[in-house]
Amino acid sequence: MNNTIIVDNHPLDTIIRADRMPHIWCPGCGIGIAMRCYAQAILDSDIPVDQHVVISGIGCSGRVAGYMNIDSYHTTHGRAIPFAVGMKLANPELMVTVFSGDGDLAAIGGNHLIHAARRNVDIKVICINNFNYGMTGGQVGPTTPRGARGTTAPYGNPELPFNFPYLMAACGANYLSRWTTIHVRQIKNDILYTFKKDGFTFIEVLAPCPIGFGKTNGIEDGLEEMELYRQRSIVVHDGDVTADELYIDLREDYPIFVGTFLDGERPAYHPVAV
Amino acid sequence: MHGDHACAEGAVAAGCKFFGGYPITPSTEIAEMLARRLPQVGGVFIQMEDELASIAAIIGASAAGKRSMTATSGPGLSLMMENLGLAVMLEIPCVIVDVQRGSPSTGLPTMPGQSDIMQARWGSHGDYAIVAYTPWSPQEMFDLTVLAFNVADRFRVPVLLMADEVVGHMVERVTIPPVDEIELWERKRPQRSPNGHFEAFRAEGEDLVPPIAHAGEGYKVHFTGLTHDERGYPDMTAETHDKLVQRLIAKVKRNAHAIIRTEEYHIEGASIVVIAYGCTARSARSAVRKARADGISVGLLRLISLWPFPEEKIKALANETDEFIIAEMNLGQISLEVERLARRPVKGVHHAGGAMIPPDTILNAIYETAGGKGF
Repeated sequence: MNNTIIVDNHPLDTIIRADRMPHIWCPGCGIGIAMRCYAQAILDSDIPVDQHVVISGIGCSGRVAGYMNIDSYHTTHGRAIPFAVGMKLANPELMVTVFSGDGDLAAIGGNHLIHAARRNVDIKVICINNFNYGMTGGQVGPTTPRGARGTTAPYGNPELPFNFPYLMAACGANYLSRWTTIHVRQIKNDILYTFKKDGFTFIEVLAPCPIGFGKTNGIEDGLEEMELYRQRSIVVHDGDVTADELYIDLREDYPIFVGTFLDGERPAYHPVAV
Repeated sequence: MHGDHACAEGAVAAGCKFFGGYPITPSTEIAEMLARRLPQVGGVFIQMEDELASIAAIIGASAAGKRSMTATSGPGLSLMMENLGLAVMLEIPCVIVDVQRGSPSTGLPTMPGQSDIMQARWGSHGDYAIVAYTPWSPQEMFDLTVLAFNVADRFRVPVLLMADEVVGHMVERVTIPPVDEIELWERKRPQRSPNGHFEAFRAEGEDLVPPIAHAGEGYKVHFTGLTHDERGYPDMTAETHDKLVQRLIAKVKRNAHAIIRTEEYHIEGASIVVIAYGCTARSARSAVRKARADGISVGLLRLISLWPFPEEKIKALANETDEFIIAEMNLGQISLEVERLARRPVKGVHHAGGAMIPPDTILNAIYETAGGKGF
């Protein structure tokens, strides 16, 4: 075909480890979309690339550290945040971003998550929320809606899920937002904003996991979930949303409130100097 | 000086600039002293939410180039086992102080033990190697803390300081040398510029230690706890896995001559050799002195390092001496190692912990052994 366009380079080649492609994520997965937003935010930031560090835990989202062509640390399950806290305090010049998933950050790493928010340590957390453990094949996790099915909840999840914005606000995070993978511009702009925001910031990104969460809960196709996001997302600008309204259950026709819920001015944690 | 405080001063003298820890008896005084001292020298002290976080934080700080340490006791060491393995796999230097108490479980929080010895060596999953030292005095709490940082940095390996409650809480004279007399070993650093080709896990030298690049230096390093190739990239093959794990272990073994420390008292020509370490070595020395005054041919081998185990030393001694007596405040952890190397049973003086083994208990064991040999 004469109109075929062949390019030698991708605009993100400098910031992505192209030699590690193809990635491990399933067709329809949303993690790559969020990673792409993060990569673009790094390029658009006025912070030198060499100062950016990404730290991940374990799981599908944890693989982001392996694909970013910056100093990158793929740590142990749940421990990305304390690793990041140590690194940031050891070298405050670094822009330290934790990129990981809901199971990693809120279940096995839950204690570290709430304490980092309480301390208001200056790290940037991007949390992929796909409502299940994807890497291990679709088990229920701390964000799985009550009643949803997973391989470890064949009769439906008997537990109530965490609600990230509500949890993080209670713990003292300085900045909170939620988007879905259809909100690519907002995610990138939000990441850019948090680079300039002192203290603990938390961006939740709802992402399709058609193979893990989707197949057992009637959303087998990634595009179908993106369509759900498009139809149901309501962007709030004033952050005035109740805890109940922040509850998410993709299986029900509830609105998904997205946007910035908190942009605070709590003093960030800085080590004692004498 | 208080033993735990001597450890803290050793850390400061070694250039430690980051401490992340969680209070636990009998190590808490180390954290308390470093909370006071580190801010005075431009360092960072942070009390973390648990020991899982403490060790994660020190590995992160060390990856950014700072000498980093934590201090704990048995229950905390159990929680640290997960990321001890990460530090081994990422080859990020760090120092972990374990002021041992009576164990298992909560055990005897305020009383001494020496029963974390095998956990230090084998407690994290998988095959790996670490380094461990074991001080017998507040002076060695200082000296061995400095050495622990040096060895950790030089060989890119986590180093454990296996102290005990007696040594940690003992007050004794400590000499702190002038700053310029304290020997500090450097980390091996990349010789190539960040713009060139750099493989973060390629060990080119005989020592099998790859140079370390720190976060923010432009090398765009990737560190992963997954099995990785010399670029640091995940590589899920049996060949790469075997090669990596073999090197991590060989690295410590090949450099054992620079790591191992022992001390001998009247070993030359002795029929009986007592082996002891930490606070138990103090009782053992007293027992050996008394027995020698009674004319018994007995010496003491004090282990200053525990891991890697001084295998050649024990094998050589096994050819020269008739009997080994191992005194330790556990139910036979180092005895197993000595039996393995001596290829014969040893006499163990063991106690589960809670109080020092008295010199007379060791002395009786020497008399029994000597009597049996017809002294």
